[in-house]
Amino acid sequence: MGLLDKEFSDGNIVVANVEDLLNWARLSSVWQLGFGLACCAIEMMATSASHYDFDRFGLIPRNTPRQADAIIISGTVTLKMAIRIKRLYEQIPDPKYIISMGSCANCGGPYWEHGYHVLKGVDRIIPVDVYVPGCPPRPEALLEGLLKLQEKIRNESLRKKS
Amino acid sequence: MALKTETMILNMGPQHPSTHGVLRLELEIEGELIVNVKPHLGYLHRCFEKHAEAMQYNQVVPYTDRMDYLAAMGNNFGYVLAIEKLLGIQVPERVEYIRVIMAELQRIASHCVAIGTNGADIGALTPFLYLFRDREYILSIFEETCGARMLYNYMWIGGLSHDIHPNFVRRTKEFTSYFKNTIVELDNLLSYNKIFVERTANIGILPADTAINYGATGPVLRGSGVKFDLRKDDTYSIYNRFDFDIPVGKGLQGTVGDSWDRYYVRVREMEQSLRIIEQAIDQIPEGDVQSAIPKKIKPPKGTVYTRVENPRGELGYFIISDGNTNPFRVKVRAPSFVNLEILGELCKGHLVADVIAILGSIDIVLGEVDR
Amino acid sequence: MKKAEEIFEILKNEFGDIILSFDKDTPTEPIISIEPLKIHIVSKFLRDNAELQFDSLMCLSGVDDANGKKVKDADGIDIIEGGTLSVYYHLYSTVLRHKITLKVSAPREDAKVESVENIWKCADWHEREAYDMLGIIFLNHPDLRRILMPYDWFEDSFPLRKDFKVPEFYQGMKIPY
Ligand code: SF4
Repeated sequence: MGLLDKEFSDGNIVVANVEDLLNWARLSSVWQLGFGLACCAIEMMATSASHYDFDRFGLIPRNTPRQADAIIISGTVTLKMAIRIKRLYEQIPDPKYIISMGSCANCGGPYWEHGYHVLKGVDRIIPVDVYVPGCPPRPEALLEGLLKLQEKIRNESLRKKS
Repeated sequence: MALKTETMILNMGPQHPSTHGVLRLELEIEGELIVNVKPHLGYLHRCFEKHAEAMQYNQVVPYTDRMDYLAAMGNNFGYVLAIEKLLGIQVPERVEYIRVIMAELQRIASHCVAIGTNGADIGALTPFLYLFRDREYILSIFEETCGARMLYNYMWIGGLSHDIHPNFVRRTKEFTSYFKNTIVELDNLLSYNKIFVERTANIGILPADTAINYGATGPVLRGSGVKFDLRKDDTYSIYNRFDFDIPVGKGLQGTVGDSWDRYYVRVREMEQSLRIIEQAIDQIPEGDVQSAIPKKIKPPKGTVYTRVENPRGELGYFIISDGNTNPFRVKVRAPSFVNLEILGELCKGHLVADVIAILGSIDIVLGEVDR
Repeated sequence: MKKAEEIFEILKNEFGDIILSFDKDTPTEPIISIEPLKIHIVSKFLRDNAELQFDSLMCLSGVDDANGKKVKDADGIDIIEGGTLSVYYHLYSTVLRHKITLKVSAPREDAKVESVENIWKCADWHEREAYDMLGIIFLNHPDLRRILMPYDWFEDSFPLRKDFKVPEFYQGMKIPY
């Protein structure tokens, strides 16, 4: 997408679509709510640590939902936690995005059958934008998920969906 | 007239950057001082024990991975040892050696996270990045052999799921010689760092008798100066063939049993793990790693309690068999579950900011606390 | 270091009838059965006796023995009636390095066991867990609440009992897959 390709070569004016500009700004600084749930959270930590470096995609963990744009649901959502996740989600200002990371958050994962205390998929309580499968997903997979989310934001429109 | 004062309740978690997962602490504070701490657990209760009852013996192994997800190998190890004891089978020498090496590599990887996050919580982010870099090294060794980065399902009842990769020995040796520098670096960067010492020395002092009464194990107990390590004191597998020391807290920077001691025990333990690996890696005998795996696992009626030294302490499995293909009851004595109980005792009288330092030095994994 | 037989002899001499039986045919570990309402007295003795010195409780596990009758209740759901719930105690002495396993069994409908929380502190959460999962009541426990399940989880619904049925909904969230 050509916003940055059009260098400031002739003068210091960039002509752009408002929509493109907003989307570009949004997608290049997706700040996530820094919180981990289960095993997947360790992979999320590994992704943001030195080896894979999440920061280069503009994703920085914030510790309060009021400053965040996205949540990565990284792990098993239990019934006890589900209520809290819903509340955290509601505290995030719009626009907000959810990445569901790992089979547990997608559908209950290994705990789907006998997990009397496991919510079988976080999409039962909050809407999900990107699902990343795996148990746990590799850091590369999570990066791919983030790129997919950026793709989605890039194609958003300011017009109301009818 | 005396001023009427009231204590205040402050909630920490379940979404809090420093609770290492989804732990909720209810702090009762008076000004900035902690009067009481009440942990609330269960935000990650994933019904392990119910799953174990509904699965066949060998199918339980992947679920054990997911309890202490930072030390999956150790969890596998304890479970398969318990079932092997119940079945009365002897595993080949090669398997024993590989298991010990894997468990020790896992201990280093797990301590890397424990130390890294302990530092990061207090404000030292650089060691965290360094240690995660080196942990990645271990994970790639594991990955080469068993195909997964974190949850391996590698040790099976009576054997292993795969033989080691041809590169395994070479890369492990490379790692051990390389990692020694990291420990030196870590000592310079964090262990004797003035700020870190100020934040952890004399904070959260745990006397030895309290530790034993509370059932603390692992680095938490050893930090209090008690020389107790199941690898030596209730030895299992082939640990008695290796020569290694048990580091204990000596109160070098403050009092015996403070947070710094617990931290320091972990650092020194990584050195000892390297020693064990170095001794074991040259002795791996030839052989098959799957020959002893039984086709159908039907242990005789009875109960068994085995315990192994996991990075966080004594991991115990209490298994009841009723002679069927499924376990009748599996109870896990999770080290972090028991160690976490001391938190209230340790925090009393300290500042709110110290709770983080103390919690980091206990090193809990919520997947194991809640199972 | 004492063998299980010797420990049993010491206990039998001290307490007589409270010590119910000694099961040594199990493949790995002998078990001493004790009256559920006297366990705290025996435990205190085990901890303080100079010959025994069991200063650490390794594990405390509640078990549903499922040895009752299987019947159908009014709605046609299978439940277990009668039988017992048990608690196993695994003790270890860090000084003398010996181990022993104790067991108490209480009737399923009215499972009451004395708490050993004031003898070994680590029993606190273990007992809460046994209550949470199996509904075993520990008498004189200072704070017997649910620990892993939510505090407002259904009363009389104990997940690790063998006749546990997964509820359909909790706070509007569907539980089964
Ligand atoms: S998907 Fe797998 S790795 Fe992720 S939280 Fe669930 S069990 Fe753990």
